[in-house]
Amino acid sequence: MNGKYFIIPFLAGMAYLFLILIVRGIRWISGLSKIDKLRLFQSLKSGRTLKSLKEAFVEGLLHRKIFLKNPVLGYMHMSLAFGWFLLIVMGHVEAMVAEGSLSVPFYMPIFFRYFKTTEDFPLARFFSFMMDLLLLFVLSGVGLAMLKRFKKSLFGMKRTTRLKLFDRIALTSLWLIFPLRLLAESIAAAISHNGSFLTSGIGKILSSSQHIELLNTPAWLAYSLVLGFFFIALPNSRYMHIPAEILFIFLRNSGIRLKKQNTTYTDVQVFSCSRCGICLDNCQLSTAGIRDTQSVYLLKNIRNKDLDDEHLFNCLLCGKCQIDCPVGIETIDLRITQRIESTRQYNSSYEYLEINSSPSAKVVYFAGCMTHLTPGIITAMQKIFETAGENYWFFDQEKAPCCGRPLMLAGQYEAASKLIENNSRQILASGAQTLVVSCPICYKVFKEDYHLFNMEVLMHFEYIRRLIDREILQVARSPQRLLYHDPCELGRGMGMYKEPREVLAMTGTLVSIRNEKEKAYCCGGSLGNLKIKQEERDMIRNQAVNDYLEHSPDMLVTSCPMCKKTFARNTRIPVLDISEIITRNMLSPGIPGLTESKECILEEEYI
Amino acid sequence: MKDLDFLTSTPSRQIDYEKFDTRLLDSVLENETSFLTCMSCGGCTATCSAGNLTNFNVRKIGLMLRRGEIDQLSVEIEKCMFCGKCTLVCPRDINIRNVVLLIKKGIALLKTENILS
Amino acid sequence: MMNKPRHIAVIGGGIAGMETASRLAQAGYKITLIEKERITGGHLTQWSHLFPDSSDPAIVVSRLSSALSHQNIKVITSTEITDISKNGQYFNLKSGSEMSLNADAIVVTSGFHLFDASRKEEYGYGLFDNVLTSADLELMMKNEKPIRTASGKKPRRIAIIHCVGSRDAKAGNTYCSKVCCITGIKQAIELNKRLPECEIFCFYMDLRLYGSSFDGLYLTAQQKHKVQFIRGRLSEAAEKPDKSLQIKAEDTLSGRPLRMDVDMIILLVGMEPGISHNNFSRNGSVQLDENGFLKCKDVHAARNLTTQTGIFMAGTCICPMSVSETLENARSAALEVINYFERKM
Repeated sequence: MNGKYFIIPFLAGMAYLFLILIVRGIRWISGLSKIDKLRLFQSLKSGRTLKSLKEAFVEGLLHRKIFLKNPVLGYMHMSLAFGWFLLIVMGHVEAMVAEGSLSVPFYMPIFFRYFKTTEDFPLARFFSFMMDLLLLFVLSGVGLAMLKRFKKSLFGMKRTTRLKLFDRIALTSLWLIFPLRLLAESIAAAISHNGSFLTSGIGKILSSSQHIELLNTPAWLAYSLVLGFFFIALPNSRYMHIPAEILFIFLRNSGIRLKKQNTTYTDVQVFSCSRCGICLDNCQLSTAGIRDTQSVYLLKNIRNKDLDDEHLFNCLLCGKCQIDCPVGIETIDLRITQRIESTRQYNSSYEYLEINSSPSAKVVYFAGCMTHLTPGIITAMQKIFETAGENYWFFDQEKAPCCGRPLMLAGQYEAASKLIENNSRQILASGAQTLVVSCPICYKVFKEDYHLFNMEVLMHFEYIRRLIDREILQVARSPQRLLYHDPCELGRGMGMYKEPREVLAMTGTLVSIRNEKEKAYCCGGSLGNLKIKQEERDMIRNQAVNDYLEHSPDMLVTSCPMCKKTFARNTRIPVLDISEIITRNMLSPGIPGLTESKECILEEEYI
Repeated sequence: MKDLDFLTSTPSRQIDYEKFDTRLLDSVLENETSFLTCMSCGGCTATCSAGNLTNFNVRKIGLMLRRGEIDQLSVEIEKCMFCGKCTLVCPRDINIRNVVLLIKKGIALLKTENILS
Repeated sequence: MMNKPRHIAVIGGGIAGMETASRLAQAGYKITLIEKERITGGHLTQWSHLFPDSSDPAIVVSRLSSALSHQNIKVITSTEITDISKNGQYFNLKSGSEMSLNADAIVVTSGFHLFDASRKEEYGYGLFDNVLTSADLELMMKNEKPIRTASGKKPRRIAIIHCVGSRDAKAGNTYCSKVCCITGIKQAIELNKRLPECEIFCFYMDLRLYGSSFDGLYLTAQQKHKVQFIRGRLSEAAEKPDKSLQIKAEDTLSGRPLRMDVDMIILLVGMEPGISHNNFSRNGSVQLDENGFLKCKDVHAARNLTTQTGIFMAGTCICPMSVSETLENARSAALEVINYFERKM
């Protein structure tokens, strides 16, 4: 009964786990690009390490983001991760105090009650109480986890992820670890007649059994076995996210980003996914009955190397999953990178592109392909330019290449760069200082991927705002209730929530709703999704329209021709672009009566 | 005349149904059938941003696919800019962007299989 | 005849309602005709010429109007039926809280409404000065206004666009409105008569000329009026600084994109189910078909019967129809109603 061989499974598991983690860690870090390695090295030297440590603690253990999103789920994750962490820390302190030494064998605190049967060290009762309390804390999390598996609706979750073999082993082991530890410690407490509120209580019940001593080693062996199983299963299970996330935080905080091609940074992110399923609940594709292409599945497919185009390209790239991801995985960049890899073989070279001469102008206006199908926006912009007396060049009035963003969304980065190069040359040749665009899809690519030197790129409402501030344009206030729909590319894509609203507030009353800004709906029209059917797009759009109608706005306003076109197909709510709202409420210059009374209310001719 | 190019690249005088190469068509049909509903209105070709700049006809992409004219198709498909205007005007709601993606992918596969001349 | 004449409510005072009402009145039934507008006559009061004979629709309307002065007919205008319910033997019809009446049977003749062309934003209706609908043109001709651009100039080239709001999933209507093709040809001829110097182009997808004399009109348009036909759907229009328009289509027969500058665009707007259909179908007794028109009990044997016994229908609330078809259909509805009551006795 004195043999401590029962700890072998634990030791073996631990050794295996560390070996795998070290191998993977080395592989991941060495697979980064040279510049990224340098970034990591630099950040380790600087104070950012502390920041990363703090983040690893707050997100990896406390699970702050999950807490904010869903408190019950957050508690579950926290009690398991943070509770276990505290058990280990407190266990080590206890063992050190008991042994009177700072160096105790690392396995000692894990099986402390087996090795130490007497309470003859300082604060023994206190430690005993604390360890019971922490164990109870962890057990509450285990209980919730079991409940979640069988009744996910209790957690406000509609769906959760499916499990694979190693996940099942790891999950079962994890669930068993703490009940078995409780059992082993209770038996030890029963034999030694000690233990705190939890272990002594259960111990007393168990001590009625006659051969309680015989059960001691088997119980500890079982505990050691499930620990061993868990550690061995971990690298091939979802729980790999625990160590991966810590590395991910360090890499991310050192400024490493995905740059249009896969590196091991992709792997780190893929393995950091805990498959919590939060991205499933928020994904609007679910509304349309598409349930196997969401980010959590994408990551799983990348991991299992079984990603196909039908899944890869069936995503709106709206970015809602990224906003909510508690781990902070760059789901959009990851997917686009996969698309780049998937389509690398067939990028077009567009040899037919020609460089035409550009007229000189102060402002270049690029309407974009989509805006040409919403001439209301073009007409409004032309009116604004003319009222402002702007020396502008309407670059794509007759013909011009596409901005390149739709190609990028499809992963055709090299092909897009051909269009970008051609457009850049022509735009720069005009000598203009400002480029105005009326489409967020164009705006994003112009801001992020064009090299236009000193030329500024403005969304049309930014330009309008400037004209109003300089009193070149004057707009009247109308009592209209305007509900602003955030386009994905502009809102979550570029972080522009405030600017369009400020312009709209100058002319109407903004209706604020819960699902706006970061939480805004996608209209369903997205160019990011190449696979979705029209009926499915309609369902996504109608979900948004139904919510908007609840707030009975007079008008839905957006700043994207694609969103406008998509919403216009549902005739239940009138929709206009922000530029059209402005021109409708614009006061003509030179009419003294009108320009003086800015507050005058115009008749609505358009309800 | 640049626009006469299409005459010289026409593979044969008549459409010979018996000589169709359906490999590409079959692979596209597996995942996207909507292009079969085309009624040849030409809205896509009229609005096409690439067609504005070069001799490119989106409507004919579907036709070439259905007639098995892979050689010509592989040249033409390169011109598409993926802007999505065609999909937005199509009165039959054909998912044209996906058709183009599938054709490009299919042709790339055929090329790697070294079957295409 | 019966001792107590049966009472029939006819909903909609367009030509279908007028014809049904007068035929049933002649057969001895008491009729209440309810029209939501100020006057009866429906869309035809706004129309200038009828195909295929270019006749004046006012003749049709005035003949029907005089028939309405029958002693058995009561006409209520400016009243829209908002609710229908079955109450034992009879139907109860309500117009808000203002009016309520009972009837032994109902004939729905609520007609169509014209597709709102501004929903096709890329065509620029309501946005560009010189984009008109076929209805705008008819009204212009009816009021004997000269055909001029917004700035008062004689148009030198006009494009007539077929299938606006019809056969278009993007507009939500996948069906064909049937009468627009021939209307376009008729309007092209009328335009040529008024503007002999003006070039007229019809942009079509398929010319669906189903009537026996319609192809003759097509031939006349080509031979005598030099109307040109281009097979291609308009993708978009843009306004130029001089307010003329640049249009884009594919000339699908030559297989190349086509651009054209025109002074005026006429959009041949299709027929959509009347908006008031929702009032009848709300309680589920009268069903709609896949296009939103009233569903008939049997497409071959019972074209004028709705899915609710006792509620009949006639005219363009069933599907798009020409004037002559509508009138025929109205007479057949009257016959169905008479049969219904005779079987009941």
